[in-house]
Amino acid sequence: MNFEFRQVSRRAFLVSSGAASIAIAFGGLVGAKKAFGQAANFSPNGWARVGTDDIVTVYAPASEMGQGVFTSMPLLIAEEMDLDWNKVRIEQAPYEPKIYGNPLFGGAMLAGASRTTRGYYQIMRLAGMQCRAIMIDNAARKWGVPASECSTEPSVVLHKASGRRMAYGEIAAFAEVPANAPQFTPAQLKPMKEFRLIGKDIPRVEVPDKVAGQARYGIDVRLPGMLYATVLRAPVNGERALRVEDAEAKKVPGVKQIVALPYGVAVVAESYPAALKGRKALKVEWSQASKARSYSTDKVIPEYVQRVRNLEDKGTVYEAHGDARGAIEKSAKRVAAEYTSLNLTHMTMEPQNCTARVDGDSIEFWAPTQSPFGVFLAAVKGAGFKPENVKINVTFLGGGFGRRAENDYAVDAALIAKAVPGSAVKVLWTREDDVQYTKPRPLVVQRLEAGLDSQGNLTGLQFRLVGESIYRRFAPPAFQASGGKDLPLCEGAYEPTYHYPNYSMEQLLEARGVDVAVWRSVGGGYTKFALETFIDEVAQAAGKDPIEFRLKLLEKEPRGQAVIREAMALADWNRKRPAGRALGLAYSDIWETYMAMVAEVSVDRKTGNVKVHELWSAVDTGVCLQPANVRAQIESAAVWGVSALREKLIFKDGMAQQTNFHDYPVLRMADVPKITTKVIVTDNKPGGIGEAGVPPVAPAVANAVYKLTGKRLRDLPFKTETLKA
Amino acid sequence: MVKFTVNGKEAYSEQPSDTPLLWVIRDELGLTGTKFGCGMAQCGACTVHVNGTPTRSCVTPVATVAGKKITTIEGLSPAADHPLQKAWIAEQVPQCGYCQSGQIMTAAALLEKNKKPTREQIVAHMNGNICRCGTYNQIVAAIQRAAGEMQKA
Repeated sequence: MNFEFRQVSRRAFLVSSGAASIAIAFGGLVGAKKAFGQAANFSPNGWARVGTDDIVTVYAPASEMGQGVFTSMPLLIAEEMDLDWNKVRIEQAPYEPKIYGNPLFGGAMLAGASRTTRGYYQIMRLAGMQCRAIMIDNAARKWGVPASECSTEPSVVLHKASGRRMAYGEIAAFAEVPANAPQFTPAQLKPMKEFRLIGKDIPRVEVPDKVAGQARYGIDVRLPGMLYATVLRAPVNGERALRVEDAEAKKVPGVKQIVALPYGVAVVAESYPAALKGRKALKVEWSQASKARSYSTDKVIPEYVQRVRNLEDKGTVYEAHGDARGAIEKSAKRVAAEYTSLNLTHMTMEPQNCTARVDGDSIEFWAPTQSPFGVFLAAVKGAGFKPENVKINVTFLGGGFGRRAENDYAVDAALIAKAVPGSAVKVLWTREDDVQYTKPRPLVVQRLEAGLDSQGNLTGLQFRLVGESIYRRFAPPAFQASGGKDLPLCEGAYEPTYHYPNYSMEQLLEARGVDVAVWRSVGGGYTKFALETFIDEVAQAAGKDPIEFRLKLLEKEPRGQAVIREAMALADWNRKRPAGRALGLAYSDIWETYMAMVAEVSVDRKTGNVKVHELWSAVDTGVCLQPANVRAQIESAAVWGVSALREKLIFKDGMAQQTNFHDYPVLRMADVPKITTKVIVTDNKPGGIGEAGVPPVAPAVANAVYKLTGKRLRDLPFKTETLKA
Repeated sequence: MVKFTVNGKEAYSEQPSDTPLLWVIRDELGLTGTKFGCGMAQCGACTVHVNGTPTRSCVTPVATVAGKKITTIEGLSPAADHPLQKAWIAEQVPQCGYCQSGQIMTAAALLEKNKKPTREQIVAHMNGNICRCGTYNQIVAAIQRAAGEMQKA
C-alpha cells in the first residue's frame, strides 16, 4: 500500500484541550483557536504530522455530522501508530481524495451509506502501522541499532537493550521519510485483544466545543467582507425563470446584486435579512414545462400499485436464486401483501448552506457537506473551475442524514460567488427552502408474496418494489456499472441473511422528474418494514411462532440468531405486559450489522394513536470502535425511526406541501420512548452503525400493534385511523 | 440604533428595527453559538435569555430588546463550565450538536427556577426544543445530573 506524503494545515482540535476558553471579540472571528501543534513537524505519511512539541496531528477523512467519526477515525491511526491520545490533535482532512478517499466509494471523499468505518478501518490502521515503523526506523538509525530491537510505548520509541528512549517529538526534529517506506499487509494487523484505544470509549473530542457554542458549522463561517445570499428557486423541480423583475428588489437597502441561476434567482446582500427582503420583492415568471408537474402523491400511489401488481412487468431483477414465482405457484398456501411508504424529508437542524469565494480562476469553499466530492463536482462541472483550482474546507455539519450527500447548496455557492468575484458569499437556505426543495426519500410501493408447503415451511419469496430511481440521477456511473440496479432504493431487500429456498427481488423504476435521494437508512426504512411485518404474517399463516420462524430462516446465521435472542432477553419477552400493551420484534441485517429490536406499544383506540413506550435493541456490529458511541447511534436512529412512523411529505403538482416544523412535525421529547441497547462485540470486521437502528423500528411497532388490534399496518406513515375501534 | 447588553458587555445594532435579534447576535456581533433552525419559533435552536427569560431570538425584533440584558451560550458561564455544560460532556449528549446551545439555554432557565425537576417537569419545559439526532434521553439525564451537582454545591 502506498501513501502520498503531504503536509497540510487546517482547522484543528487538541484532544486534551477540554472545554474551549475563547475570548469573544465582537465582530471578530469566533472560534479562532490558539494555534497548537504549530512547531516544526514531520509527516511520516499523509495521515499524521508529528510536531517537535510532541503533538501529533491526525487527519479525519470523513465529515462529522454527529456520528462520531471525527474521533473514531483518527483513533485508528493513534492505535496503530501507538500515540499518547492526550497528545493527539485532530484536523479535518483537506480535499485530497488520493489520500483520504473512501475505498468503498471508489476513492471518493464522501460520508454516507454507513460506509465510513467499513471503508477506512483497514487502510487507516495500515497507515498508522506505517507511521509507527517510520518513527522506529528514524530512532534506530540515530542510535545505530537495528530497528528490530526497538519497540514503542505511547508516543515514545524504546531500545530496551540499552535502556534508551526517544519521544516522537524528539524524533520529529531529525526524522526523514525513507525512500522506500515500510509496507504492511492486513495479515500483520494486531488482534482485537491487544487494542489499547479501539473499543475503549474515548470521549468524543469535539463535544466540549459543541456545549460551549464554539463548534463551527457551515452556517457559522465568517470571512472578511463576506456577503450573504438567498435563492428564489423555481417552485417545481426542473423549471427556470422566463422573466425576472428585480427593480424593487434592487431598491432594498443592503441588496448588492441579483444573480440569474439556471434554476432560480439569487439575491446577494450585505446582510441575510436584507437578502430575504430583496427576495420577497422579486417578481419572477417561471417556465411550465417540467415533468415533475404531474407528480402528486395521491395520483402516483394508485399508478405504482397497479404496476407492482402486474407480475408480467418484471422491471429489473435485482437479485434472484431458484424459481421464486414457480415455487410460490406450486405452494400449498400463498400469502401476499402490499406496502406503501410516502416521501419524507430530512429536516437537518442546520438548514442547507455553503460559503465560497472566487479569486481569479480559483474557488475556495467552506461547506457543511457529507460529500467533498460533490462540492468538487459543483465547482468543476457546475461552475467550470479547473480541478486544480478548487479548495474545499469541510466544517461540522448540523445533521446530515443523507441530505448533505447532495451538492445543490454548493452549486448555489459556486455560481453566486462567481458573480461576485473577490468577495466571500454565504448562501443560506430558509427552513421553508429546505423543506420545499428537499431531495426526499422516494415514495415506494412494495408487494411481497410467499409460498408455504403443507408443513408450513417457506418455499419462496417474491419481493417487488416500485419507486423513482435514486442512483440514476445521484450516481450515474455506479448505476450503469451495476446494470441499472438502484442500490440505496432497494437496500434491505437484497443479500438477505434469511435463507430463502427460492428468492426474487424485482426493482421497478419510475422516472417522474422528482429528485429523490438518500435519507437515513434509505431503502431499509421501508423494505424492512414490509419484510419484517410480512414475516410475522407468513408465520401466522404457517401456524408458527414468528420468532421461531425467523430463527429457522437464520439457521446458517448464528450472529443473526444471537441478536434476536439477546433483544428478547433484554425485553424479558415472556413477561406479561400491563393491559393494553404488547411487544413486537423485528430483525435487520443491512450494512454488515446484525440488529434486532423489540418494541413495547399501546394503541389509543379512540384516536388510533400508537404510543411506543420502550425499545430494546441488540446489535452485533463486529469489532466496535467506540461502544458507547455505537449505543448512541443506535438510539439516535431508533428515535429517528419512531419519528418516521408519523412523518410525511405530500406533493401536489410537483410541489411539496409542507414548509416547516409546524406542518412537518418531527419527534419531540414528550414522545421519546425509553431505550435500552446492548452492543455485542464480536471479532468480525466492523459494520455500519449510523443507520442500523432505523429499519427495525416500524416493523417491531407494527407487529406489536397487530397483537393489540388484529390490524396489519401496511403504510408509512401508519394509517392510524384504521386502528380506531 | 438599538442599545442593549450581551453577556455583560454593552452592544448596539444599526440594523433595521425589525431585524430578528438572531441575525444581530450571529452576524453583527459574531456570536455564532446561537443557531438558526426554523425562523418561526418552532425548534428552539435560537434560544437566548432576555432579562433571564428563555426567548426565541429568530422571532424577536431587535428593537424590542432595547436596554435589556441578553445572555447567549457564550455568556452562560465564564469558561463553558456551567453545571449543565459539564453534565452535557459527562453524558456525551451532543451528536451533530447543532441544537445543543438552545437546549442548554432552555435547560438553564429551568434550573434557575426549579432546582430539582422531575422527568415530567423536564419534558414539559424542554418539549419546544427539537433535536433531530434524537438525543432527548441523554438531555434528560444531563439535566438531572446537573441538578444533582448543583444540589451538592
